[in-house]
Amino acid sequence: MKTNLYNYILELADNCLIAGQRLGELCGHGPSLETDIACTNISLDLFGQTRSYFQYAADIKGGDASEDSIAFLRYERQYKNVLLVEQPNRDFAYTIARQYLFDVFHLLLLEKLQFSQDMILSAIAKKSIKEASYHVRFTGDWIKRLGDGTEESHAKMQEAIDGLWTYTNELFEVTEEAKILAEEGIAVNVSTLKDLYYEKVSALLTEATLTVPENKYFQKGGKSGIHTEHMGYLLADMQYMQRAYPNMKW
Amino acid sequence: MSEAQLKNTGTERSRSLEEIFEQRIANDEKIEPKDWMPEKYRKTHIRQISQHAHSEIVGMLPEGNWITRAPSLRRKVALLAKVQDEAGHGLYLYSACETLGISRDELYDQLHSGKAKYSSIFNYPTVTWADMGAIGWLVDGAAIINQVPLCNTSYGPYARAMIRVCKEESFHQRQGFEIMMSLCNGTEVQKQMAQDALNRWWWPSLMMLGPTDSESVHTEQSMKWKLKRKTNDELRQQFIDQTVPQADILGLTIPDPDLKWNEETGHYDFGEIDWEEFWQVVKGHGPCNKERMNARVGAWERGTWVRDAAMAYAEKQQDKKVNSAKAV
Ligand SMILES: [Fe+2]
Ligand SMILES: [Fe+2]
Repeated sequence: MKTNLYNYILELADNCLIAGQRLGELCGHGPSLETDIACTNISLDLFGQTRSYFQYAADIKGGDASEDSIAFLRYERQYKNVLLVEQPNRDFAYTIARQYLFDVFHLLLLEKLQFSQDMILSAIAKKSIKEASYHVRFTGDWIKRLGDGTEESHAKMQEAIDGLWTYTNELFEVTEEAKILAEEGIAVNVSTLKDLYYEKVSALLTEATLTVPENKYFQKGGKSGIHTEHMGYLLADMQYMQRAYPNMKW
Repeated sequence: MSEAQLKNTGTERSRSLEEIFEQRIANDEKIEPKDWMPEKYRKTHIRQISQHAHSEIVGMLPEGNWITRAPSLRRKVALLAKVQDEAGHGLYLYSACETLGISRDELYDQLHSGKAKYSSIFNYPTVTWADMGAIGWLVDGAAIINQVPLCNTSYGPYARAMIRVCKEESFHQRQGFEIMMSLCNGTEVQKQMAQDALNRWWWPSLMMLGPTDSESVHTEQSMKWKLKRKTNDELRQQFIDQTVPQADILGLTIPDPDLKWNEETGHYDFGEIDWEEFWQVVKGHGPCNKERMNARVGAWERGTWVRDAAMAYAEKQQDKKVNSAKAV
């Protein structure tokens, strides 16, 4: 089995899966019907991408691996998503901030991944770019609305950005397998996206009258499977059916 | 002209307007927002369309309850998309209702204060995954039976909204049936889960088609305005006749010992509906009435600062535009 490629696909896909799961929690509970529909759209896109990645990963793994066994039947320590995307929906500002801070990265990543030497990854990236550009526009617009809206919304948005900032640096950490695959032209070396990312984010935060956090103490661990305490509960929900009723078709 | 005479021509004039109006409906013409309409027509339509819109968005909650726990990625995506469709239905219907001169905020107020009703079926809990199948199959199924005739209702914006809604509802129903089918083709545990869901959702689905004709207050007027084309009891019979063979295909048993094909009438006979339970739920004392209202009111209240911010931001942008136009 191509272990490096398999692990790299999980690294890509788990971010989409967990970000999609978090947005899915809100369906029906958002501040307006319009935001509900839009957030569900983003969630649907992310799950769609997840499925493409996992179907590919299942092919690589072979045997009776499937998109669902990979999505639902791993242990917490085997999920490779960054800590950022598993952070809970504390309020709408947190939800938007989390998604925006991911979306900017995600689009930069996909724009590079479309040139991957791996044809399937390249195809998934090409298909996803359009979606990710819509996501970043939607969440970016909301950062501006909330940042430059009322005093209350400004304070809430600032708090969310400050709270989540500590998780941004992990996005650019290069895992062992990504490093090897990047040399082969298959993976993206995410460390190269960092400057542009902070440039873009800082510009938008400034436009939104928000302060770019100066915090330089960052958290990481997600990519090596060491998650925040929130992750176990998310998985307990997500895996519930597959764990309670093993080996069944739905 | 004396005051009495003035009054007289006033009523005569509105009577003739009303006659023309009723004639237009009888001719199957559509009534559009700018057309003259009797106040009662407007009020009745606001009531029915908003009740329908509220049902769509409250209806998102019981199924939304299973999005994070859906058993496969394919099912998760389908469920998310379905609940999103219901939000879309809510949007079209609120918009249709707004054409009658009431704002969405006022309509929400009526829902949140308990003044407006929504379909009582959504006050039942979704306790297993099979409920996602049963709701699609039975609840969306009953909704279609209720709604297809409304595609030809007299009020244009409502009729057009219903055409879009009905297309999606039949897709939901097939999807629900397919969930049931997977369960019924599955393990013993899955079959039991499916049967249990049918047991719990069958009677509420029958009740969903409304009180029995003798108790239904709005029917006659609604028939005239094509807000209704069949009575509740006729719709219920149609639903039962359509659904029983589907349960047979699934290999499930409908929880009604009196259910029997009647050769003479060409319909199924069925047992007594527990109307006491129906009225209890309608009056706010069903298993989840409080949870559903708390969820809706909670989402609305938690969203206040967000909506205020969006408004403030839009105003600031508008001011900027005006100022830069002045500068030029
Ligand atoms: Fe609907
Ligand atoms: Fe539906």
